[in-house]
Formats: sequence, structure tokens, C-alpha cells
Amino acid sequence: MAGRTLYDKLWQSHLVSSREDGTSLIYIDRHLLHEVTSPQAFEGLRLAGRRPWRIDANIATADHNVPTSAKERSAGIAGIEDDVSRIQVQTLDDNTTSFGIETFGINDVRQGIVHIIGPEQGATLPGMTVVCGDSHTATHGAFGALAHGIGTSEVEHVLATQCLIQRKMKNMQVRVEGKLAPHVTAKDIVLAIIGRIGTAGGTGYALEFAGSAIRDLSMEGRMTICNMAIEGGARVGLVGVDQTTIDYVAGRPFAPRGTQWDAAVESWRELVSDEDAVFDRVVTLDAAAIEPQVSWGTSPEMVVGVHERVPDPADAADDTARRGLERALEYMGLSAGQKMTDIRLDRVFIGSCTNARIEDLRAAAAVVKGRRVASSLKQAMVVPGSGLVKRQAEQEGLDRIFLDAGFEWREAGCSMCLAMNADRLGAGEHCASTSNRNFEGRQGYGGRTHLVSPAMAAAAAIEGHFVDVRSYDYDRADAMSA
Amino acid sequence: MKKFERLQGLVAPLDRANVDTDLIIPKQFLKSIKRSGFGPNLFDELRYLDEGYPGQDCAQRPRNPDFVLNQPRYEGASVLLARRNFGCGSSREHAPWALEDFGFRVIIAPSFADIFFNNAFKNGLLLITLDDDTVEQLFQAVEATPGYRLDVDLSAQRIHRPDGDIIAFEVDPFRKYCLENGLDDIGLTLTDNSEAIREFETRHRAAQPWLFRDA
Repeated sequence: MAGRTLYDKLWQSHLVSSREDGTSLIYIDRHLLHEVTSPQAFEGLRLAGRRPWRIDANIATADHNVPTSAKERSAGIAGIEDDVSRIQVQTLDDNTTSFGIETFGINDVRQGIVHIIGPEQGATLPGMTVVCGDSHTATHGAFGALAHGIGTSEVEHVLATQCLIQRKMKNMQVRVEGKLAPHVTAKDIVLAIIGRIGTAGGTGYALEFAGSAIRDLSMEGRMTICNMAIEGGARVGLVGVDQTTIDYVAGRPFAPRGTQWDAAVESWRELVSDEDAVFDRVVTLDAAAIEPQVSWGTSPEMVVGVHERVPDPADAADDTARRGLERALEYMGLSAGQKMTDIRLDRVFIGSCTNARIEDLRAAAAVVKGRRVASSLKQAMVVPGSGLVKRQAEQEGLDRIFLDAGFEWREAGCSMCLAMNADRLGAGEHCASTSNRNFEGRQGYGGRTHLVSPAMAAAAAIEGHFVDVRSYDYDRADAMSA
Repeated sequence: MKKFERLQGLVAPLDRANVDTDLIIPKQFLKSIKRSGFGPNLFDELRYLDEGYPGQDCAQRPRNPDFVLNQPRYEGASVLLARRNFGCGSSREHAPWALEDFGFRVIIAPSFADIFFNNAFKNGLLLITLDDDTVEQLFQAVEATPGYRLDVDLSAQRIHRPDGDIIAFEVDPFRKYCLENGLDDIGLTLTDNSEAIREFETRHRAAQPWLFRDA
């Protein structure tokens, strides 16, 4: 018998029952809730007179709508100026209070983007099934957990039954082998993967990331990669468990302790694909060949290396693709053949569940240190992923580096990744963003998003346009600040 | 959930690949705590020439005459014909809520994004995946024929074209059963599986007690 993939193992260990047609019931260990996709689910529970199946599996926080200005945040929920947002955040609080679900309130230091705080608290553990009404739940797969986004009907289903109705996905593996060039990061790897397989390349698959370049990444980097599996069409991103995983989880508030810790670690070491496991599809990338990536269009697959040029629709594979490229060029205000380094930027956003962890802020600060944001920019902002990331960054003095350079230093939340709060682009503005989606209007009506790594965003903020961080003079920055 | 049995509906073509859920329903409308009322803001950035916000009277807003759903010939459409990877991006169920509220019951495309596909079926929408060539033929027929309607028969899993041709389609049996009967799958899970879930949970807790915070 062929070996099993990591996904096969996680599926089998959570399978409650199966119908003849393959429709299966899967047990859910961890359910993360936020304000946007939960109110209708709680309302559904109430209307049907149902109670949550297992309260302790749920953790909630508000992240999508919350303001990131210290002034607005200081008054708690009552201080949220946007009436509709305030009602939604209040509704989450009311719902979780009435059902007894643990909630990190908006001024709790543990509050933050749901996909950042789960791992940070140890609430995401290897071997778990983790779901949330948010497509970037794939992030948690970095821990060898089976994690994916769900809709609101499924949020209600998980609350009521602790299970989800699923069909088994196919297995896909992306192998990234070799050494990355200095200052080329996890974000560049995942953008390069999406550029290669396309935005629907992983549809129907659970996508495992493997290879020496993935093994070399920190947990933060692995989370960045799994986070964007959905941008390649895969609901599930996965990385097998190794010592890096176990070291990250050790000692976190929700992690097991004592003899339970030892038993857990022993079982977690099995959470890798067997050597003879068979994948339905395998794609291999050479890490050394990956350049810093910059998206030019309105889909994450519309991405190129920083030294490349905006593609020509005439080279498209078919009519539908050609029209898509033409529409993207028009929306982005770019022309075929234009150099990526010539695009003038209006704003820079460093944040989101993709890139707002401590390692991301350190990478950006290393570029920014001793320099100033270009005067041509309207705004450059850093939004830490959680209150704890913010506190740690401040202990390391990163906030001073950003503030001295002319960045804004904000409170934790999703912020300009999807612009549900006041942080957004104006029509026609170009933004270097460390977030995950460059869809039309995503960061604000008419806004133009370019997806990049934190180091690339930081360098773009200093220069006012994209530059190659590999040739950036980091030492000069250190000398200036000394 | 509304039952779906058979529908004869006007077809509207949306000739664009990778339609994402941000495009289907922009984020500002996700602040609602209700499940209904999203129809007027379906494809908001394509349908109107101004920026939309929650609570607006959409009847007063300037419409984009070039957008397909604003053309009189597609008024009242209940079948949406789309291109590959429809519904990619965010997991927001507001996307199927908006499509359903607008009046769509069937979406035909060469492929759909996974999360959207799940969400749509839970809201009484029937999503039909057909090969690229068939979808292309339908696009040509719809554009050439004002008033082009398809007769979608879920129980027989067949689409009848006005010219008499029949297109067979696949749908997974459980989803079909729920759609045909308008069933709430939470009720089904609890009725059929409560005992199995409890038994699983007991074994799971014994094997991995650290997954339970009260252990």
C-alpha cells in the first residue's frame, strides 16, 4: 500500500462518518470567529433554538472592522466612529458573551488578526482541524493542521454540530528546493508559486508545501506561504511538522504542558507525508531562481519579478485570458512593456494576516532604519498583526524606526488589506502592499494594489517606486543610525 | 433553504474569467448583520458609476450602461453564464446571498472556486460545471439570441436548450438531495449523526486530550 500524505492522515484522523457518495462528516477541533462572517450564524442558531456543541473549541476576536487609530481605539467598541462597523463589532461581543465563547476584546493585548492570534496563543496546534469564516484560515496549515476557510452557513454548522460536511480533496505538492537569495522571502516564494500555477491551479486540492527551501523557513514564513494557498485556488495549505514547528508551539498559553506536552510532541512527529506518499500533482520550483516579486494586475497570478516588465496581452493563451489582461492593464493604469520599477506609488501598507508578524516587521525595519519615506508618498503605514506583535516590536524599538522614517504606527487589525475600516486607497492610487489580494477595489474603490514582501514594501516606501531589495544597501542604513 | 426542482430562466452572460467575491459583493456591504438585502449591491463596482455605501437608495445611483446586467434584454435573468474560476477569493457567503437576492438560481461556468461552490449550494443556488467548449457555445447563443432561455431540470440533471439540444450535467448526490428538498443540513447532521459525533469525540479526547481545553 502506498504511503499517506499529511492531508490523508489529518482527514482520516478526523473522519466521523462517510456516505456512499463520498460526502463525509469531519470533526472540527478549533473554530475561530470574527465579526463579519458570524452574526448570521449566531442568529441562525437562535432561530432554531440550538446551542453550540462544544463551547471550548471556539475563540473569537474582532479584526476586519476595527479602527487602527489609537484615538478611536482608546474608547473601546463605543469609540468606533462608523455606526455600521460598531454595530457589527458589538454584535460579536453580544453573541459570544451570551453563548459563553472566549473572546479577545478590542483593547485586549491578545486581540489581533484572527490568523495571527491563533498560532500566537497556541490555540492552533499540529494535528488539529481549524476552521474560520475567512478564506485565509489556510494560514494555520503551516503547523501541520488541516485548516480552511468556510462560509457563514458552515460557521453555523460547526457551532451546532462541531463538524463539517466535506468531500475529500486531491493531494498536490509544491516542492521548493535550494537556497533563496538574500532578502528574498516566503512572500516571494508564494507569489512565484501562484504566478506559476495560476489563481485556480490548486482548486480541488489540499496543497502541501515541501522541499528544502520550505524546511529552512521560520514558522512566520511558513504561515505566509500557507496563508496564500487560497490565492492559488487551494482552500488548504500545509507544511509537515518538524522541530521548527514544535519549538514555536512550546510554552504558548493554549499549548499542552507536562506529560501531555510529551505525548503531544510524540504524536505530532507523525504529521508529515510518508516518503512513498503519492500526490495527484507535483510542481517543483528552484528557490535560487526566485526574484523579489511584484504583482502588476488585478489577480494574484498577475505577478512578475521586480526586474521584469508588465506583460503584453498579445502573448495571452486565449481570448478570455487576453481580455482579462487588457482589463487589468486598464484598471491598473499601466501599459504593456512598462518596467515595474517605473511605477510611481502613492501609499505603502505593511500589515495583514499574510505579513504582520514580528519577523515581517523586523525585515521592513531593517530596510527603513535611518532612512525617510519618499516625499512623493501620501501615506506609509505599519499595522501590526496583533497587540502582542505590536508590544514586542515596541520593545525592540521597531516603532521608533518606522516613526522616525515617517511611517504611521497603528493598532492591530486587518486594516487596509480589505479596507473595511477607514484605512483605504483613493481611486487611482497605487499601493505597495504586503497583503494577499490585488482584486479590483479590494483596498478601496478604484485603488491599485501591488503585492510585495515587507522588505520590498519598505524599500518602495523609501524610494517612492519599486526597487530590488537584493541590491539595497542595508549597511548604509546601519551606519547612518549609529 | 429554497427548494430547487426545475427552472426555465432567462440567461445573462458575464464574459470574464476569475470573477472574485470582492467583485460580486464589495466589502463595505459585509458590515450588515443580516442575511438578506444584498441584491441591489451585487457587482456594485461594475453596475454603478459611483462608489456605493451601505444603506443607500440604489435606484437613485448612476448605472453603468455597458454592464451586462443593466441591459434591458437581460432584465429578470435567473441563469448566470460565467467563465472559469468563478467566485475565487474570499469565503464571504454574502456573495451567494447577493446572487440569490438579485434573482439568480443557476450559475453555469467551466469551473468554480471551492469555497464559493460550497456556499452557493447552501443557499439554494445550483452551480453547473460544463466544459469550456459547451460554455463557449452557450455564450455565442446567448449573445446572438435576445430572450435566450434555458430549461434546467435538476432531477434529470439535464439542461434543455431552446433548439432542442440537451446538455447533461453532474451534481453530487448529497447536494442534489438537499436542493431538491430544501433541506437545512444542520438538522440532517444532528438527526443522522449526533451519536456518531459523540462517539468520535470520546475516542478523540482519549487519544489527544490536549485538543480539549477542559481536559
